[in-house]
Amino acid sequence: MSDTKRFLYVNRKAPHGTIYALESLEVVLIGAAFEQDVSLAFLDDGVFQLIKKQATTGIGVKNFAPVYRALGDYDVKKIFVERESLEERGLSEDDLMEIVHEDDEEEEHNSIEIVDRARMAEIMAAQDVILSF
Amino acid sequence: MGYQWNGQEIAADEEGYLTDLSQWNPELALLIAEDEKVAMTDEHWEVVNFLREYYDEYQIAPAIRVLTKALKKKLGEEKSTNKYLYDLFPYGPAKQACKIAGLPKPTGCV
Amino acid sequence: MSTLHTVNKSPFERGSLASALAHALPGDAVLLIEDAVVGARAAASKTAEMMKAAMPACSLYVLGPDLSARGIPSTDVVEGVTVVDYPGFVDLVAGHDKTQAWL
Repeated sequence: MSDTKRFLYVNRKAPHGTIYALESLEVVLIGAAFEQDVSLAFLDDGVFQLIKKQATTGIGVKNFAPVYRALGDYDVKKIFVERESLEERGLSEDDLMEIVHEDDEEEEHNSIEIVDRARMAEIMAAQDVILSF
Repeated sequence: MGYQWNGQEIAADEEGYLTDLSQWNPELALLIAEDEKVAMTDEHWEVVNFLREYYDEYQIAPAIRVLTKALKKKLGEEKSTNKYLYDLFPYGPAKQACKIAGLPKPTGCV
Repeated sequence: MSTLHTVNKSPFERGSLASALAHALPGDAVLLIEDAVVGARAAASKTAEMMKAAMPACSLYVLGPDLSARGIPSTDVVEGVTVVDYPGFVDLVAGHDKTQAWL
């Protein structure tokens, strides 16, 4: 398709305290219907959105964390997480939930790729459209 | 609007989607289906149960193309076509089946 | 492919400016608007240093009306940072391939 554009959703805020993370996720899911080249970036406090075992019952809000694991079904297969942002917060890849997608042969692949800051800057530069949350 | 079930008033939004997912049960599903003019068969239940399982796992009602893709994997080619699903749920499988399953309206439902 | 990065929150309140500068590539522009303009004062040494360090590679701008609204004279702004008005803001947007907001 010649009119496919590269869309990057940039997520920089922790979940649950503000509506940004959920809004971003909803836009991603709705936008998936348009079959564009979609990537997600998680940096700064945004890396907390992908932490496993989030339990929100105590604060009385819906836990949307499991939705990230459905992204593969929506053909969202590229999820970039910034290494420096994880390290600054004392986190590592092991703290993140597992998100996979299937290829055409129904084989599962990891959707999350840990990238350093310089690579993240290149990924951002290579996009046609950037949506910030 | 809402549903009268077992002497209780079950709350729903203006389109008939349950306000509180935890109030759902199979009998209530039959009541909602009746409102939707859908006569529930085993084939209907396969789709409704699948939606509930998907929601339980991912906390989201899948968009129609996600539903067909996932159903194809689980139930096979002939039970996942748009035609098959629209025959079961004439007003849109994602919308009608989700409503009967007690789930919110699917995100990205255009 | 050059990008205009906009920052609209004070660098004393959150890390958006630092993040934007850390991800801006040579040839990109960074524009401070709204509350971010409080970070453009030369007298605030920490943020001033941060911007000076980015400057040979990137061009930095600050929105004049937001400075005025906050009582910051343009003479107080870090040397090398260009003060622009609203038409200047539009020119910056039009002059780059895309805009990335750092919220």
